[in-house]
Amino acid sequence: MSLLRTHNLSAFYGDFQALFEINVAVEDGETVAIIGANGAGKTTFLRTVAGAIASAAEAVVFDGKAVGHLPPHEIVRLGIAMVPEGRRLFPSLTVEENLLLGTHSERKGPWTLKRVYELFPRLYDLRHLPAPALSGGQQQMAAIGRGLMANPRLLLCDELSLGLAPVVIRDIYQCLGAITAEGTTVVLVEQDINRALDASVRFYCFQEGRLALAAPTANFDRAAITAAYFGL
Amino acid sequence: MGWLNILIQGGLLGGFYALFAIGLSMSFGIMRLVNIAHGDLIVLAAYVGLIVTQSTGLDPFASLLIVVPVMFALGYALQRGLLNSTLSGGLLPPLLVTFGISIIIQNGLLQGFGAYDHRLQEGAIETASLRLPGGIDIGIYPLLVFVVAVLAIASLQLLFYRTRLGRAFRAVSDDPGTAELMGIDDRKLYALALGIAMVFTAIAGVLFGIRTIFAPLAGPIRLILAFEAVIIGGLGSLWGTLIGGVVLGVAQAIGAALDPNWQILAGHLAFLAILIVRPSGLFPRTRD
Repeated sequence: MSLLRTHNLSAFYGDFQALFEINVAVEDGETVAIIGANGAGKTTFLRTVAGAIASAAEAVVFDGKAVGHLPPHEIVRLGIAMVPEGRRLFPSLTVEENLLLGTHSERKGPWTLKRVYELFPRLYDLRHLPAPALSGGQQQMAAIGRGLMANPRLLLCDELSLGLAPVVIRDIYQCLGAITAEGTTVVLVEQDINRALDASVRFYCFQEGRLALAAPTANFDRAAITAAYFGL
Repeated sequence: MGWLNILIQGGLLGGFYALFAIGLSMSFGIMRLVNIAHGDLIVLAAYVGLIVTQSTGLDPFASLLIVVPVMFALGYALQRGLLNSTLSGGLLPPLLVTFGISIIIQNGLLQGFGAYDHRLQEGAIETASLRLPGGIDIGIYPLLVFVVAVLAIASLQLLFYRTRLGRAFRAVSDDPGTAELMGIDDRKLYALALGIAMVFTAIAGVLFGIRTIFAPLAGPIRLILAFEAVIIGGLGSLWGTLIGGVVLGVAQAIGAALDPNWQILAGHLAFLAILIVRPSGLFPRTRD
């Protein structure tokens, strides 16, 4: 049984349909990438899975349970945590307080403040600073740490590389290994195709709200991805 | 009467205004709710105190044991049942709905109690005073109210900056959408916030009822004073609200010393002056 499965998932912003009958399956313990051009619906997909955008109950099934209709605060309690696009740290909270916010999911597990500081040692020295005082890369680490503090079974990462220097992106993706080693399932949304494919075992390519391609990353065909990505 | 005396009396009066303003400051700070009914809720709390003292024989201070939980429950229910559904539609719906609540409370009180003046009797403490060296007399009661205001703000600061619940309040104030992704049920939290705000509204109402006579239509004036204290101090800062109350009280005391007719006007003028010089208040959004 898949950990996460969507059945003909459609999502709307008012009258505008952003996703069309998406079928995605993510197995327990794997890392899956979702790629696609700007506006393909990647972020909408993650936000729908996280409950921030409502959908039909049966359209999102997590661990055998229909969750499409649940609000975000109930979804995260079931074990789906989100690292939102643009980090979205709470500006009036310190770094440590931001991390502790992750514990409001009331889930127990391997991730504690201590473990997060071991994963991102730099955050320990910065823990009493207000979140906006951090650099982009440090903020991204804090946002990942905050997601981990929820001890999720499924971690949704939206554009981890956005606006960061290549060397910082490399550091952050290295840490992803430590996260999946705990058995956490990860769904990565990225515009940076190479980065996403290196880190994942399978990928889905979205195009204008529709699923254009789904394949294992191991022996992917570059031309097929390009075609699916740009809709050629 | 020296200027020092005027400053002290005005400052103590400011404690009262700060106490009026805490609930307003809190509900704006956390859920951006401009509660037009705030003044009427203060007056309602005084009437609840009146009912409790008359029916049980408790003195007004002791009546707080009942008034505070009643107002907490009312705040929780009001937010959960009514105000939460107004928060997603911009600034106007909560304004209109709380304006409606204000009218309902005023007319409900008129219906139930008539337009008569009422007062809560606390006995000797109301008129007791303390003589400082230099011949300045300080009323024990205004001093008590000031101390209560300071303790109230200090305890809220502890709540906000030292507890898990306070952290959730600040996170929701920053970014409700992301807070919800972290597992915070913002609707429940908002209900709790208005409940807690009403605890301080209850205290303000009963202390107000002991200090002066009150009538069903006394709310809007309290609302304006509370607004002015909040805005002088800077939105979102509780210590700022205390300072705002003191500025207002001192301005009124100075006005009254010049000419008794100027007391209220002087407070409003100070408010306008600060609004012109520092439109966002003295301590906007401080992180103390």
